[in-house]
Amino acid sequence: MSRHTLSVLVENKPGVLTRVAGLFARRAFNIHSLAVGPTEHEEISRITVVVDVEERPLEQVTKQLNKLVNVIKIVELDAAASVQRELLLVKVRADGANRTGVLEVVNLFRAKVVDVVPDAVTVEATGTADKLNALLGALEPYGVREIVKSGTVAVGRGARSITDRALERVVRSA
Amino acid sequence: MAQGPTPAPPRPGAAAPAPAAPKPAPTPASVAPRGDARRAATARPSGASAGASQGEEMTGAQSIVRSLEEVGAEVVFGIPGGAILPTYDPLMDSQRLRHILVRHEQGGGHAAQGYAHATGKVGVTMATSGPGATNLVTPIADANMDSIPLVAITGQVGASAIGTDAFQEADIVGITLPITKHNFLVTDPDEIPRTIAEAFHIASTGRPGPVLVDIAKSAMQSRTTFSWPQDVQLPGYHPVTKPHSKQIKEAARLLASARRPVLYAGGGVIRADASAELRRLVDLSGAPVVTTLMARGAVPDTHPQNLGMPGMHGTVPAVAALQKADLVVSLGARFDDRVTGALSSFAPHAQVVHADIDPAEIGKNRDVDVPIVGDLKEVISDLLPELEREHEAKGKPDVEAWWRQIDDWRETYPLGYSEPEDGHLAPQYVISRLGELSGPESIYVAGVGQHQMWAAQFIRYEHPRTWLNSGGLGTMGFSVPAAMGAKVGRPDATVWAIDGDGCFQMTNQELATCTINEIPIKVALINNSSLGMVRQWQTLFYDQRYSNTDLHTGHGTARVPDFVKLADAYGCEGIRVESMGEVDAAIKRAMEIDDRPVVVDFNVSRDAMVWPMVAAGVSNDDIQYARGISPAWDRED
Repeated sequence: MSRHTLSVLVENKPGVLTRVAGLFARRAFNIHSLAVGPTEHEEISRITVVVDVEERPLEQVTKQLNKLVNVIKIVELDAAASVQRELLLVKVRADGANRTGVLEVVNLFRAKVVDVVPDAVTVEATGTADKLNALLGALEPYGVREIVKSGTVAVGRGARSITDRALERVVRSA
Repeated sequence: MAQGPTPAPPRPGAAAPAPAAPKPAPTPASVAPRGDARRAATARPSGASAGASQGEEMTGAQSIVRSLEEVGAEVVFGIPGGAILPTYDPLMDSQRLRHILVRHEQGGGHAAQGYAHATGKVGVTMATSGPGATNLVTPIADANMDSIPLVAITGQVGASAIGTDAFQEADIVGITLPITKHNFLVTDPDEIPRTIAEAFHIASTGRPGPVLVDIAKSAMQSRTTFSWPQDVQLPGYHPVTKPHSKQIKEAARLLASARRPVLYAGGGVIRADASAELRRLVDLSGAPVVTTLMARGAVPDTHPQNLGMPGMHGTVPAVAALQKADLVVSLGARFDDRVTGALSSFAPHAQVVHADIDPAEIGKNRDVDVPIVGDLKEVISDLLPELEREHEAKGKPDVEAWWRQIDDWRETYPLGYSEPEDGHLAPQYVISRLGELSGPESIYVAGVGQHQMWAAQFIRYEHPRTWLNSGGLGTMGFSVPAAMGAKVGRPDATVWAIDGDGCFQMTNQELATCTINEIPIKVALINNSSLGMVRQWQTLFYDQRYSNTDLHTGHGTARVPDFVKLADAYGCEGIRVESMGEVDAAIKRAMEIDDRPVVVDFNVSRDAMVWPMVAAGVSNDDIQYARGISPAWDRED
C-alpha cells in the first residue's frame, strides 16, 4: 500500500463531491484525506484527495473518476515534484506554569498562537503531514485538548498550471 | 446423452473458411443494424426537428414535452403520479410522442430497455416522485450493467419542499448515483431543454447507459422560454472513439502471428453496431470467435468459426478455446466473472488484446498486453487493413492444428441434453423447436435463470439485436416488459418472451399494457413449477434440500396461478402444453395469432439442468459437460 495525492478538477456544481466520494466508497478505496475549494476559475473546483492504494487499483480509480461526467481532469502529484500542505489547529492546555514551554515549541515549529485564554492556547500550523505530526508529538506532554486538521492541499512545483487546459475546455463548451 | 438440436456446424474450409450457410433472404422485418442510430439520437437532431425554436414562452412541463420531441424521442413508457402530473397534461396533446401507459414503473423501465436494445435508439421512461422513482431503480441498474441507452424522467416534489420529507419525496438522484451513467436534478425550468439534450447525449454516446433527469414539480409549473437546438455543456465528457494507431498495429501483429487465437466478442459489438465489421475480422483472421451472453447474434451462429457462448454455461469448445488460447482479442467484453470463472486460471497462456470504448474496463479484471480505447466499429475497421498488411508481409498464420483441436472438442462435446427421467417435457426441446419454427428473424427476450441459459444455448441467432436479456444484473422479470418494448420498437418482428414461471410472476401485469395497446407479444413460459436455477444449485450444492423453490404452478400442482386462466384474464390467448406432441402445434398456433398477446404455458420437467457448467468460483478448466463428466484435457494437450 502506498500513498498517492490526486488533484481532481471538477465542475463547480451541487453534488459533485458526493459523486467523487461515493465512487471511492463504492469501489472500496480508502480516502486518507480530502480537501475541496474553489480555483482561479469560478466554474471549476479542485478536490485534493489522498488515497492509500496499490499502483494498479490507483489506475482503476483514476479511470473510474474520469468517467464521472463532472470530473474535468485528474493529475497525480508526485510528492517530490509538488508542494503539499495541511493546516492544523490545536488547542493545548497552557497555564502559567507551562505556557513558556508551549510557546517555545510553537516558535521552534514556526507555528503561531491564534487564541489565548488563561489556561489554554490555540496554535495554528501549516506544513507537511510529517511536520505537523512532529509538532503534535512535541505538544502532547502539555495536554492536547482538541485537534482539527484540514485535508492535504497540493500544487505542482514550477510554472506549469494544471488548470490552464481544463479552463479552455470549460470556456469552449460554455 | 441426446444430440442437441443445434449441433456445432461442421467447418467446411480449413485455413480459408468457406462462407457460412446461405443467409435467409432479408425480409422487411429483418434486423437491419442501424449504423447511425447511436449518433442520430444525440443532442443535435436535424431531421427529426420541426425547425429551430428561439425563445417560445411556455410552462416547464410543456418544455419537457417539447424537448423530448426535439431530441427525437418517439415512445415514452410511463405512469403518472402527483409530482409528474403537470407534464402529463401537455403530453396528451403531443403529436410526436407516443406514451404507453404501463402498470408498474419497473415494467416501464424494462420496456424502455427492450425498445432501446432492439432498435439502438434511446429508450425513455417516465415516473412520478418517491415510489414511482424508486420502482425504476431495478431497470436503471439493469441498463447500467448492460450498457443500454436509457433516459428516465422523474417528477420531484416542489423545489421548496425538497429535503423536508414531503409526501412522496425520495432523493432519487442520490439513490441512483451509483447506478446511472449520470443524473441531474432540475429545479430551474430554464434548464430543462439543455438538461434533456445532455441526458440523451450522455445516454447514447460513448459507452451507452442510463441517465436520470429528476425535475421538480415547481419547475414544471413555472413559466419559461424554450429554445432549441441546445448545445451540450459537458467539459468533463469526451468519449474517445478513435483508436490509437500504434495499438491497432500491435494488435494486428499479434493476431497475425498467434497460433491459437480466439476473438472474444462481447455486448459492446452490438451496442457499437459493429457486427458487419466483426464478421469481416472473423473471416480475415481465420480465428475462432466466441459470443458472450450479451453478444449472441453478433456473429451468426451458422458461421463455421463461431464456437458459441463462453462462460459458466458456455459450450465446451468456447470455454476450452479460451483456456488454451495463446491470444485472446477481447472486443467489447469485460471479463465478467461468469465468463472467466476463477480469474487467476482464466486463459492462462494467452496474451490479451482488449478493445473497449470504456477505458476503465481495460485492465479492470485481467492484465492487458495491448489496450485499445475506441468505438468498436472504428477499432475493427482500422484493424482490418493492418491485419491484411501483416498477412501480405508474413503470410497467413498457420491455425490448422488449432482448428483440428477445436473441431475435436466440437465433435466430442456438442451442446445437448438428456430426456428427463420423469417423463415430462424437456425444456431444451421446447426452446429448440421455438427457435426452429419462429426462425432467426424473430426477437427472443429472456428472463433470468435456466430458461435464459437454454435460450442462449439452443436458439440459433443470426442477427444482432434479436437476443435480449438481462445479463449483468440478472433481473428476474425482465422478459415480458422488455419484449413489449422490443415489439413497440420493431412492430413488424415476431417477438417472443421466453420466460420462467418465477420470472413471469414478477412482471406479468404488463400483459394488460400489451393487450390494451395492441402490442401482440408471445410468451413462451418454460414452466417447471420452480425457481429452476436456484433448484439446480440446491440439487448440485445443497444436498437436494429444496428450500423455498417450489412455486406450485406446474403439472400435478394446485396451479396457483393457472397461467392459462391468467392469460385469459388479461385478454391474451392462453395455451397449455404438457407433452412433446403438442409443442409444434402450440408454437404454430401462437404464430398465427397477431391481434393479441399469446401465453403458451409449457409444462416442463423440473429436474432438467443447464449443462455444461463451471461451478461458481472454480477454474474454467473444471467445466462439467454433464453432471460428473469433465473433458479430459490431458489427452488433447
